[in-house]
Amino acid sequence: MIRVVLPAHLRTLAHVSGEVTLELAAPPTLRSVLDELEARYPMLCGTIRDHDSLQRRPFLRFFACAEDLSHESWDTLLPPEVAAGKEPFLIIGAIAGG
Amino acid sequence: MSKVRVLVGTKKGAFILSADGKREKWEVSGPHFAGWEIYHLKGSPVDPNRIYCSQTSGWFGQIIQRSDDGGKTWFQPGTPPGETKTPDGMPKGESNKFKYDVSKETGAPLTTHQFYDGTQHPWEFKRVWHLEPSHSDPDLVYAGVEDAALFKSTDGGKNWHELSGLRGHGTGPKWQPGAGGMCLHTIILDKKNPNRIYIAISAAGAFRSDDAGKTWKPINKGLVSQYIPDPNAEIGHCVHHVAMHPSKPDTLFMQKHWDVMRSDNAGDRWHEISGNLPTDFGFAIDVHAHEPETIYVAPIKSDGEHFVPEGKLRIYRSKSGGNEWEALTKGLPQSDCYVNILRDAMAVDSLDSCGIYFGTSGGQVYASSNAGDSWAPIVRDLPGVLSVEVQTLS
Repeated sequence: MIRVVLPAHLRTLAHVSGEVTLELAAPPTLRSVLDELEARYPMLCGTIRDHDSLQRRPFLRFFACAEDLSHESWDTLLPPEVAAGKEPFLIIGAIAGG
Repeated sequence: MSKVRVLVGTKKGAFILSADGKREKWEVSGPHFAGWEIYHLKGSPVDPNRIYCSQTSGWFGQIIQRSDDGGKTWFQPGTPPGETKTPDGMPKGESNKFKYDVSKETGAPLTTHQFYDGTQHPWEFKRVWHLEPSHSDPDLVYAGVEDAALFKSTDGGKNWHELSGLRGHGTGPKWQPGAGGMCLHTIILDKKNPNRIYIAISAAGAFRSDDAGKTWKPINKGLVSQYIPDPNAEIGHCVHHVAMHPSKPDTLFMQKHWDVMRSDNAGDRWHEISGNLPTDFGFAIDVHAHEPETIYVAPIKSDGEHFVPEGKLRIYRSKSGGNEWEALTKGLPQSDCYVNILRDAMAVDSLDSCGIYFGTSGGQVYASSNAGDSWAPIVRDLPGVLSVEVQTLS
């Protein structure tokens, strides 16, 4: 079970409070976690990854176990602690703008 | 008794202001979509309970929201209530996809436009600036987007496709962004002729279609913009907003980046009507609901200083279709006021005594129930106002 922390506005959009939990059969990668997240919560399509290019939106970052994974390959395996559900996968919006 | 519903888009959410026909006591609903930029919300002329909303964010992109009950509840039309498509009942987000048409079949494989530095830049979707519901069908709605393009939905906002004849008619590579981005901000549908559509883009100019959006032509002859080297250029003008009275669809009024303009032949030629305005820079322009020659503008000091001149909030009215303007100040602050009024932030109702409404960058929404003779604030402390539309309800 993968725990995912969403920014507040996306929690509102997805009608969830707190963490989201996802079930993935294989060891999770950046790509597979986001694929499953968007499949479970299709209203988030386009809000984390661009609709067309599927690239990370510029003002969002991915973190896990205190590491910034934002520039890693999409097929990067998430840390074992995240795969085991001990640590969450964080999607964080930039603290920028007004 | 009639009622009015004022739809206000702000930098941090949408608000709905409601009153009866007296327009004295107002109820305020909101913020809806708190924290998001609401660039525009507008109701269907056919079904006033149907309201479309552009919810956007630099972080999370574009969301289209729709209400079928006059703004009480909202949903993403990609999947209406009861038609969810996932096992957990989650709504789909197809209504948020605005994909540029690059297919050769449509003849519009246009992929670049001019950028700020004069180089060619790829078309990149950023947000929906304006939603324009059809006069005849509540499920038909147009969207003006940034980077400038025109999209259409025929299923109530569930899916969108581009009217690519606009970007593809030939002048696209010369379009360039204004300071706020390259946005298609004005869409005018001719109630008398469903095939005619006017649009305007900053900073490309105004365009007209006479075949329901398949083909387009620029309509900028007579516009003069000092920053364009070619005095006869038809493309590159920063048109801020265009207004039209439905009874005179060939007469258009334009607020440009400097100059207030008028055309009496559907945009084929324009002439200046700035007249005695203290400054002819501004964004908003609108027409009295019952007097097609009475127009309103909100003069802004200059392109370098986007606030009202002399610290005085003044709306100007011309009852002669331009050139002769009078300042409307009763009830508006006349000192220490430095707000801006954006292009979509002025609207009129259609009650007998025409009401005029506008919202400011300072978060005030003002209303006049007597065509501008006097004003009063409906609300003073909203987030900066991006758009104002009004529904007159019987």
